[in-house]
Amino acid sequence: MSVTTVFGSIDKFEKGGVEITGNEEARDYLFSNMYEVAGNAQPWERIVIAKNLENTVEVIRAEGDSPWYICSHDETALLMQGSMEVRFIQPADSGLAPPEENEGSVKLTGEPEGEVMGHVKATRGHLVLLPAGAAYQFRAGELSVILLQTLLGDESIEKWAEICQH
Amino acid sequence: MAATAEQITDLPVLTEAHRESAPHPVNGYKRFEIGSFRFERDEYFARIQCPTVTHVMDVENFMRSMIRDVAWGFFYGWVNFDEVFGTVNNYDSVDVFMGAYNQAYKDSGTDFTERFEPGVLQACFKGLMLDWTNAGFNPFAAPLETGSGRGPKNGSNDEAVNFQRELADRFVSLPGDTPIRSDENGRPVNRQFADVDQSEPEVHAEAGFEGQLAAFNLFKYLSRSPVTWNPSIVSIVRSSAYCPTSEEHILPVDHGNDRVEWFIQMSDEITWRVADKDSAAPMSVVTMKAGDVACMPADIRHRGFSPKRSMLLVWENLTPGLEKRYASGELPPVPATF
Repeated sequence: MSVTTVFGSIDKFEKGGVEITGNEEARDYLFSNMYEVAGNAQPWERIVIAKNLENTVEVIRAEGDSPWYICSHDETALLMQGSMEVRFIQPADSGLAPPEENEGSVKLTGEPEGEVMGHVKATRGHLVLLPAGAAYQFRAGELSVILLQTLLGDESIEKWAEICQH
Repeated sequence: MAATAEQITDLPVLTEAHRESAPHPVNGYKRFEIGSFRFERDEYFARIQCPTVTHVMDVENFMRSMIRDVAWGFFYGWVNFDEVFGTVNNYDSVDVFMGAYNQAYKDSGTDFTERFEPGVLQACFKGLMLDWTNAGFNPFAAPLETGSGRGPKNGSNDEAVNFQRELADRFVSLPGDTPIRSDENGRPVNRQFADVDQSEPEVHAEAGFEGQLAAFNLFKYLSRSPVTWNPSIVSIVRSSAYCPTSEEHILPVDHGNDRVEWFIQMSDEITWRVADKDSAAPMSVVTMKAGDVACMPADIRHRGFSPKRSMLLVWENLTPGLEKRYASGELPPVPATF
């Protein structure tokens, strides 16, 4: 028997949901669908779809070239749709990196000066390490969806009422 | 030492090693005892006895539950083998309970709990699994992928019982960290993920930055998982841990949360049956399809049903002491409100 593993995309996804059988509310599960959220997002917005104290998972609608970012801690990027290249630079100015106690990424005003560390080419299902202290930029040649494992920061957007089942 | 649910904070920690009987003259299995609990099996059933009551479970279901409890090191919070029997991880000790989180048992006063030092309990459960697991039965495998665990004693499957889940320190594939999965290291593609793309990302590190950049194909990694309902850890960002897992058939336990955890359905579909952590009263049914995201609040228990092998990203917070902050009410059971 042949098998088909079902993945989703912005153009093709089915959404499940919460059915309440007790005395609670569906909103307690913060139920959303990443493709629906990305489909309604602006490119490179980072929308929080999961939050556990300061930790977040954020969904990104990736199209074209992103701004450059830097972060004082590791992050990861999981490509859930499309393809992308991630470019890395070690900034010459060590002051570009936010203080270690800061959480989440900081958006830079352009490509930083520094030493090119390399790049990663990824397609669906690939998980990419965004190492602490390295400036990075996403380049998506097609409509893509990224899940970012990070911490709540200046770039994080929370809009639970818009994205979650009520 | 009996205890009702109301006394659970005051239990002494038992440190005495478990006892094993000689093999049963007919079915060949040993009886195991620890504290006041006694575990016996026959060809079809596991029988658990404590001073207040006897409980009987299908032996395959019992072993599928116990192997996860053993492999997870008692996991986070409650591991309910069913609505009656299970364990609670206090991290410096482990409770074994009968009916302590079932309203009917509590109402009748037949609930019972004992607290053990984790090492002695682990030795008991591991010894039981090694003795009770027959050749050809893998309690980690989906039912369609393994033989029967029923019948009289027939050899053993120590390799399956001793399976170790892979826990990355920082990120899979980094030098010195856990490796990617491949045919060469004994991780072939599972039959239900035969169509999953096996290409790896291209990592181009400039001279001097080798070993600092890393990427791997997570879907390939999961397509090669030899077990079900047994999360690995693939990336750690401070206290944030990605714990992906491949799921097929039924999660053998109702996991009772002592903290918030999140599920991100990466492929296919799982339906979760959610119930109250303390009383087992049904609360909701959560159906998750590819791309769906849901939290499991800190005050529930859940059991998953996956009709086809699917890829689930379990997302955990490893901050020490979280269980106490949720238990005290310092943290709400739901991580965001709107």
